Amino acid sequence: MKAASATRRIALAGNPNTGKSTLFNRLTGGRARVANYPGLTVEKESGTFRLSKSGLVELVDVPGTYSLSARSAEERIAMLAIAGLDSEPRPDAVLLIVDATSLERNLYLALQIVELGVPTVIAVNMVDMLAERNLTIDAQELARRLGIPVVPISAKSTDSLAPLLEALDDVLETPGIGVSGAEWMPKAGPLSEDLEAVGQSLPATWCEGPAVRRSALAAWALASIDDQDEFTDIPLDLRRAVRDRRGLARAAGRDLDLDLTRMRYGWIDQNAAHFVRRRAGGAVTSTDRIDRVLLHPLVGFGVFLLVMGIVFQSLFSWSNPAIGWIESVFASVRDYLAGVLPPSLVTEFLLDGVIEGVGSVLVFLPQILLLFFFLALMEDSGYLARVAVLMDRVMRSIGLHGKAFVPMMSGFACAVPAILATRTMERRRDRLLTMLVIPLMTCSARLPVYTLIIAALFPPDRLFGLLPMQGLLMVCLYVFSTCMALVVAGVLGKTLVRGPRIPLLMELPPYRMPHWLSVARKMLTRSRMFVTEAGGIILVCTIVMWFGLTFPRAAQVETTADTGTSSAAALEGSYAGRLGRAIEPVLEPLGFDWKIGIGLVGAFAAREVFVSTMGVVYGLGEDQDEQSMGLQGHIRAEMRADGKPVYTPLVGISLMAFFALACQCMSTLAIVRRESNSWKWPAFLFAYTLVLAWGTSFFIYQGGRMLGLG
Amino acid sequence: MIRLDELLLGSCARLVHVGGEGAFRRRLLELGFLPGTPLRLVRRMDVGGVLEVELRGVRLSLRRSEARELAVEDL
Repeated sequence: MKAASATRRIALAGNPNTGKSTLFNRLTGGRARVANYPGLTVEKESGTFRLSKSGLVELVDVPGTYSLSARSAEERIAMLAIAGLDSEPRPDAVLLIVDATSLERNLYLALQIVELGVPTVIAVNMVDMLAERNLTIDAQELARRLGIPVVPISAKSTDSLAPLLEALDDVLETPGIGVSGAEWMPKAGPLSEDLEAVGQSLPATWCEGPAVRRSALAAWALASIDDQDEFTDIPLDLRRAVRDRRGLARAAGRDLDLDLTRMRYGWIDQNAAHFVRRRAGGAVTSTDRIDRVLLHPLVGFGVFLLVMGIVFQSLFSWSNPAIGWIESVFASVRDYLAGVLPPSLVTEFLLDGVIEGVGSVLVFLPQILLLFFFLALMEDSGYLARVAVLMDRVMRSIGLHGKAFVPMMSGFACAVPAILATRTMERRRDRLLTMLVIPLMTCSARLPVYTLIIAALFPPDRLFGLLPMQGLLMVCLYVFSTCMALVVAGVLGKTLVRGPRIPLLMELPPYRMPHWLSVARKMLTRSRMFVTEAGGIILVCTIVMWFGLTFPRAAQVETTADTGTSSAAALEGSYAGRLGRAIEPVLEPLGFDWKIGIGLVGAFAAREVFVSTMGVVYGLGEDQDEQSMGLQGHIRAEMRADGKPVYTPLVGISLMAFFALACQCMSTLAIVRRESNSWKWPAFLFAYTLVLAWGTSFFIYQGGRMLGLG
Repeated sequence: MIRLDELLLGSCARLVHVGGEGAFRRRLLELGFLPGTPLRLVRRMDVGGVLEVELRGVRLSLRRSEARELAVEDL
């Protein structure tokens, strides 16, 4: 027994879609501390609550999983946290939540946890859904047969959780309660020999505790370790022992995977009749009725398009007032400080570096909150699983799971929340692949650039007297970027981020009313994570950009009045300006001059900055936007040394193709760094999009010239 | 004995054989797709090539190509 002063830890485990998150909120009052499991971007939430005997206890939310013997990195976290291996301290107890309507399947995880010898309490959730399913469950009988406490709870009602708290208290205070013998583990025979043999190679520290724990860990190792697993820290001895035993079993014609699962399901199937009663006649449930519509080949697809339309529209336009409000607040703070503080370098740093930087982080919040509001609704109601099914055919063709669809579509609004949305996907490889192609989707920051170039260079004519030329170009850009994203995903998925075939195999949970607390918690967790972790990188990048665009400053600029021409001269002399000039030879084959080069450098801060940077470059001042006739006119009138115009329609298309493909967005790179937990992937993303953009623009410009255009 | 994807809509069957490669097969087994388990074909979405089956009280989606790995006997 631990000293009374130490806070005890309870791990909250369960299958996905069992109401785990709601129970976590009800127990802890929704106050969660968010951290990450080491080395992985899997959130680790914990909170505290009070028990009458044990006092204050810590509750750790374990990722939802169907089994402990899984091989994806995320599912391995569940194993570490429940068994208390390696970096994770061993929990004093496990609270396992199971879904009453699918008890048999849920019990598979329960048996695995009981095997580990960690004191366990089972909470049977959704008991209020049993009647509709013609089911009854005898919790006492289940408790008797498993040998651990079982408490029925209901997610919907606000009944007190007193019986559950009492059971947890008992388990923590009285040694022996909550621990059972795991009678399903074989005592003799070939499987028992396998477990014995592999158990010899387990690290001694893993096996402290009841004797059955060694067999349980051996079973885990046999089911989880093979040539294709993603583990990096399995002792070599253990790996070898597993390989040997699997080889022996195969030679003897035994099916080890089947034997291991049958060991547990065998017990479940033998005993289930004693605690689960099914009355005859499968009633048509409300889920059946809803799915008849939502999964209908025509109607279902229509509803889906409508839902996506609403999400898309909200990201595009409903977030605008909030974005505008944040921008105006920062503008007025900036104006106020500019009036109060003495003009100096420090002031400028504060205004254009720091305040601008903080503003550029917070400006993403409205879209992130909105997207996660919709995602949480879709996830918690059960609709997200249906979307994955509906879109599976398209996504499958490029080697992705149906679940990748919503994040990719969100990329049309902004890549930053879209990349955060990949968290709804389970496998790391799928998340990574989706993240790497999302920046190719035409985000809303590209629109000002496209608008400016199209308005300046293409006449508002109608093609065949019918189709507006300018709108058509815009549509082409969207189609082009989407096709490129799909092609790149297909190529990367077969080369750099290869992975085993992704099965669709997915649970379609019954529809449920989302709980507002759980929705709010998802929104807040994601937003806080973005501000604290990606925000820092974005802030630093903004300051670096400010530095690059401001220094070194020419002496005469300080003295002259701040006219357009002088700021153009200052920009030309700055590091960014010099960089723009330096890369001119590389840009020349694309049809760009060094002034466009400066604009491209500036656009790295955020693509729409291209417009205001070009305003400064052409000596028109900073306040130019894509509608400004001055800037449009200047673009049309800009001449090369030989008197030919810089901007021909061909250059315009080449430039827009460049913007469509290059990941010129430090916020995107920052969030990819955060989500992939390495600098390797954002570096790769930046490099491959740059090469792709350059190559495509080269092909367009040179090809166009050969055809005699431009 | 027929393949799961050949089962008639709404009919019940018993699993006879669970095939497929490594990780996918293991996941199937852990979700309760064991030889001898009864199941029912709930929905067939031909446009998307997806099947929905009910097994041990749970609804699961499977691609038709994945369902080919499972052999069932009609009940």
